Amino acid sequence: MTTTIPAPRSPRRLRGRTNTELYAWMFMRASGVLLVILIFTHLFVNLITGDGINALDFGFVAGKWADPLWQVWDLLMLWLAMLHGTNGLRTVINDYAERDQLRLWLKVGLYTATTITIVLGTLVIFTFDPCPPDAAADLLPSFCQVP
Amino acid sequence: MTAVAEAPVAGAVPSFQVTLRLRRFNPENDTEPRWEEHTVTMHGTDRVLDALHKIKWEIDGSLTFRRSCAHGICGSDAMRINGRNRLACKTLLKDLPLDKPVTIEPIKGLAVLKDLVVDMDPFFEAYKSIMPFLVTSGNDPSRERRQSPEERARYDDTTKCIMCAACTTSCPVYWSDGQYFGPQAIVGAHRFIFDSRDEGAEERLEILNDRDGVWRCRTTFNCTDACPRGIEVTKAIQEVKRALLFRRV
Repeated sequence: MTTTIPAPRSPRRLRGRTNTELYAWMFMRASGVLLVILIFTHLFVNLITGDGINALDFGFVAGKWADPLWQVWDLLMLWLAMLHGTNGLRTVINDYAERDQLRLWLKVGLYTATTITIVLGTLVIFTFDPCPPDAAADLLPSFCQVP
Repeated sequence: MTAVAEAPVAGAVPSFQVTLRLRRFNPENDTEPRWEEHTVTMHGTDRVLDALHKIKWEIDGSLTFRRSCAHGICGSDAMRINGRNRLACKTLLKDLPLDKPVTIEPIKGLAVLKDLVVDMDPFFEAYKSIMPFLVTSGNDPSRERRQSPEERARYDDTTKCIMCAACTTSCPVYWSDGQYFGPQAIVGAHRFIFDSRDEGAEERLEILNDRDGVWRCRTTFNCTDACPRGIEVTKAIQEVKRALLFRRV
């Protein structure tokens, strides 16, 4: 029987020479810092400025989403929070789910839920119309001009 | 506590009763590990290892544990003492709460072979995989490889490792996932990555950049708390992360 010994100093074969985990780790730090700023400004604007919490209603949200700044702001919050949370759960699953099958299905569930939430949320932020033209008049908020 | 008949001598070492609650497992008879308690009379200068010796030598010779030098250098007798990874030879009994039994278990995350002896192979495999040897290129120098005191100080902390596995087996990620390299392997890599004479840093960093490398560290500091040599293990892991981020060694 012959055994092949690799030549001295030959580079070791590494599985998956990628920086995925490095980028995931960096993303967690960066998105965490950004989210602190985004969320606390969001809370401040919604709950403290102006009439504060009493002003919060359908019309208030409609008004904010008429402004591109808040559209982008909320979009950033949605994406960063979802991806930050999903990556956190991914590491929890990697750490604690020992069986390969269980780990796979938990992650499939996680990524499905994330995708649905992000797609739906993005869609709502950009297509939100407080006064859809073909809606029944009694369902519309008071500020809509009923033809 | 049994009273000693004679009058106490000035400077005499106090003695007291200690109950040790031991996690026993004999693969020939037991299907499950079991608990066993022994109460022994020990002295203020005694360590947990002395109590284990007393039990093994005077009460139950079948009690199995590793120890070699018995003075905190060989790294053989790491065990879970009252839920914390410690060297039995460096833990004084008088420093433990003696009103309750002292719980002694094998270190976690490695297969128990018998009583307090675990299979250390996965631990040493992880260490081997980070290439714990000097990597250089070119011709051998005709004199020793010189290094300044500052360059030596850069990795001084991680040279203290005695490979007792206390850190690795205190890591929650290591407990649940046998693939993680574990703190000790990263400490071992750190010792060479930051050595100015070594040229294998890139390769070692690449190994630790793996899915099961440094990025699995959750910074719980269990390893730093467990290290009987006082190595700042979590700091070393963070330094390897930083080196990977900036590729600046």
